[in-house]
Amino acid sequence: MSTTMMTEQNEEILSPQMRTTIGGSTDVSNKARPVKVSTKNLDLFYGAKQALKGVTLEIHEKRVTAFIGPSGCGKSTYLRTLNRMNDTIVGCKITGEVIIDGVDIYDPRLDVVELRKRVGMVFQKSNPFPKSIWENVAYGPKILGERNKATLNEIVEKSLRQAAIWDEAKDRLHHSALGFSGGQQQRLCIARALATNPEVILMDEPASALDPISTAKIEELIFELKKDYTIVIVTHNMQQAARVSDITAFFYLGELIEVGHTRDMFTNPAKKQTEDYITGRFG
Amino acid sequence: MAQFSFAGTEGATFKRRLYGNVASGVSGFAALVIVAIVVVVISSIFIGGYKNFTWEFLTQEPTEGMTAGGIYPAIIGTVIMTLLMSVMAVPLGTVTAIYLSEFAKANSAFARTIRFAVNTLASIPSIVFGLFGLGFFVQFVGKGMDDIMTPGNLVWGQPNILWASMTMGLLTLPVVIVSVEEAIRTVPRDLVDASLALGATRLQTIRKIIIPGSLSGILTGMILAISRGAGEVAPILFTGAAFFLPQIPHALTSQFMHLGYHIYVLSTQSANVDKTIPLQYTTTMVLLLLTFTLNISAVVLRSRVRSKLKAA
Repeated sequence: MSTTMMTEQNEEILSPQMRTTIGGSTDVSNKARPVKVSTKNLDLFYGAKQALKGVTLEIHEKRVTAFIGPSGCGKSTYLRTLNRMNDTIVGCKITGEVIIDGVDIYDPRLDVVELRKRVGMVFQKSNPFPKSIWENVAYGPKILGERNKATLNEIVEKSLRQAAIWDEAKDRLHHSALGFSGGQQQRLCIARALATNPEVILMDEPASALDPISTAKIEELIFELKKDYTIVIVTHNMQQAARVSDITAFFYLGELIEVGHTRDMFTNPAKKQTEDYITGRFG
Repeated sequence: MAQFSFAGTEGATFKRRLYGNVASGVSGFAALVIVAIVVVVISSIFIGGYKNFTWEFLTQEPTEGMTAGGIYPAIIGTVIMTLLMSVMAVPLGTVTAIYLSEFAKANSAFARTIRFAVNTLASIPSIVFGLFGLGFFVQFVGKGMDDIMTPGNLVWGQPNILWASMTMGLLTLPVVIVSVEEAIRTVPRDLVDASLALGATRLQTIRKIIIPGSLSGILTGMILAISRGAGEVAPILFTGAAFFLPQIPHALTSQFMHLGYHIYVLSTQSANVDKTIPLQYTTTMVLLLLTFTLNISAVVLRSRVRSKLKAA
């Protein structure tokens, strides 16, 4: 990487826009937005082991909600209940309610395909398909029945632009996605998730495997995306939660300990456990 | 801090070194023996066989009570039998492997039963397949078909290339299932998760991610099955292989000549075994070349598919 590029990117990290987000929300009004996703008394069992204990939580539209907590606290498990990705795990049993836009998504009549179209997901490890960049982004729309090449091209470009990777991808759309660096791959995966035009985007530690510059790009991207999408992000990195999220929820041993505005959570947590975790006394 | 001892030729250190040298010597010798066996077997066959390895030998039928002429019908018979076998065993084996790895609950009684059946199938001696083929396909299924369609006439109720291929297919089924399942297991689970999370159904994920990702393994399994099937003789002994049949098979009810069986016939059933020895060598050589070619093409195919996947 050239020196000039480095400088540019460092400037990006410290752009004024980003700086205002540090320490909480840019939404100064703090006016509550409509609830997009809510769970009520959500219990989840892996066989005999209970991974989630009575989680009741509301996630608001077009906000970034961050889940923090030590490893094994259930934050990723909880995230995966929101698009029913736990369905594929043998011995996984769920009780309680998960409501998205007023609909219980565990209703047996619900079409999981429709749910996952509306609730996109970005994984911890970037996982592009061993196909071309174009094929990666077009995968979702094609699966959902889009055949028109012009429409697909349009979706691919729009999604790549939204994920801030168009400039790097436009000249190599038909090259393998595996030629991208880790950070680029992760932004490609975000573009792929955006291509099905979701309303909610779940991110499971999307930057945990990335270097600081790539991480900053992802964070900036999250900041942009929350104008149009409801974002739920699991993170191990508390600074990241503080930088990108409006609402923070702290999980511990399968329970939701505390949830509140990120600024309040980090400056004035209500519960002792939250304070201990945030100040680094355990975790 | 203790001093290192450099008295390496004494006591415990000497013993340890000795054991180490003996261990590497013995294992190296064992490996050398394997190589030597392969070299001896192959070179003796090629030395004995290359003189007769002519275009005529490959394209003519056996003559003079199989003491002269070529092995054309046996080559063609082997190829057709193998193709028929693959057409039946590869799809069934692939679908079974997909079921086992993608649909069956890992430890359900049903999945375990299938796995047990596959392992058992793999350990059955090939002659037992031959007898089973005779009893089940020829005398039960074939006879039954005759009784229904052409009572009193023997059409399907005798050994033929279809029953032989099906019997051979049973033998190769475990090879296909195991190698395809292994190939599927190499497809990263994150890709499957990514596909499902984009709204793909399980079937779409299998079609678009799992099968393309394990294609090289599926092809390898197919070719391994083919080369196994081309080399086995016992399963077709009673189910369709012909002692001597100068014409190539023209229908599923035809019998056929087979390279492996032909070698057996030449070396044990011929009126003049001494005269057939050169023919035996060359026939064996052809059979070896055939299976080698198949194995090498498996390797080439696999690496090509892999590099293609990487480049795509």
